Amino acid sequence: MDESVIDKAVYAELEETTGAEFVADLVDTFLEEASGMLTELRRARAENHADHFRRAAHSLKSNSNTFGAVKLAALARELELKGLDADPARDTAALAALEIEYARAATALKDLRHG
Amino acid sequence: MADPAARLLIVDDNKVNRLLLSRNVQMQGHSAALAENGRVALDMLRREPFDLLLLDIEMPEMDGFAVLEQLKADPQLRDLPVIVTSSLEGLDNIVRCIGLGAEDYLHKPVNPVLLKARIGASLEKKRLRDQQKELVRRFATSEVAQDLQQSGFTLGGKRVHASVMFSDIRSFTALVESQPPEETIELLNTYYTLMFDAISSHGGVVNQMIGDGLMALFGAPLPLHDCASSAVAAALEMIELIEQFNLERSAAQKPTIRIGIGIATGEVVAGYTGTQQRATYTCIGDTVNLAARLEAHTKVAGCGILIDEDTQRALGDGVGTEALGAVPFKGKSTAVEIFAVAAGQTA
Repeated sequence: MDESVIDKAVYAELEETTGAEFVADLVDTFLEEASGMLTELRRARAENHADHFRRAAHSLKSNSNTFGAVKLAALARELELKGLDADPARDTAALAALEIEYARAATALKDLRHG
Repeated sequence: MADPAARLLIVDDNKVNRLLLSRNVQMQGHSAALAENGRVALDMLRREPFDLLLLDIEMPEMDGFAVLEQLKADPQLRDLPVIVTSSLEGLDNIVRCIGLGAEDYLHKPVNPVLLKARIGASLEKKRLRDQQKELVRRFATSEVAQDLQQSGFTLGGKRVHASVMFSDIRSFTALVESQPPEETIELLNTYYTLMFDAISSHGGVVNQMIGDGLMALFGAPLPLHDCASSAVAAALEMIELIEQFNLERSAAQKPTIRIGIGIATGEVVAGYTGTQQRATYTCIGDTVNLAARLEAHTKVAGCGILIDEDTQRALGDGVGTEALGAVPFKGKSTAVEIFAVAAGQTA
């Protein structure tokens, strides 16, 4: 698996400190919640709601870090710190990249959870 | 090192964070309740007791900063230790949390080892604080403890209108010599229990105990409506309780005791005296000296309760008093009119 998607050391440490079974359930929770965060980011962009945009990016960053989804976390962090862009097209492009990375991370996490 | 189990409240708007923090806390042997925003958390804190709060900052409805502000303003909750767990970036956010009274700040994702250490340290500090509060309660009166908690500790006094009471056991030295020390301590404990009960049930505060004597205040540190009547009512109850106590002692073939009480009313200076390290809540002034003299004079006058003119004037018709004329007291330039309060006790 591509190490740049999930930092396996972080994931392994999470399993070690809280238990593999617990982490498997936590991954499921994350996958359920994350799609809502992505929807929220799209909606906040469309409605020009800076606060909601920042908060959704912040949550996604925080959870990505928990599982070692380093690249996803980095992309979410950029959006959090930058906030809404004056040019909506740039945010739309960034969101598309974020969603692609999320799909990769989700696949990798599902694999790890069963591994 | 295992900490005794504590009850924590975890506040985070993010479900993954809530579950993870609660897992960490439970693995450390504590129990955790969960809230998804600051408003829900405050409701829970005001409803049930918690030992520690793990607080997220970035939350909808009410964020962590607002929670810290509300906790600080609430006398019931301001001592609750709070550890902020957040992935907010920027030193200014950390500084703001600490400034608002947070005990500690941990970055998310939270390292479980660090979390355990911080929870342990915070709980230990809370235990020490609780212990201190308990000590203050035991060695000061609840009124003084409350006054200390609300206004903080400052040396120096303020002028208040109050009644001061002195009371002691007559011929106590002879009594002490006639019985084993254990019996004397037991006698004193019973005596103090009865006296405290009578005094506090009338709104008074015992602020000094010296051997067999005590000093009580009515009207300080908290104001009391009609302090003179309250003090005299307490004194009458004290005499009555001692009489009941004596019935038991006679039945047990033990010597009976008698007490003398002096009460004076007027302006006193009340406050904390001593040093920054060791201080006591007390009252000083002419009124205090006069009350002490009146108590000593009960032996000479042969009556249980002696009061000054200001106390007598404040009493209603319900209390019988007898004017004993003017008595020249040491330290007083003019003689003082004194009154005996009719009580069951015979001198």
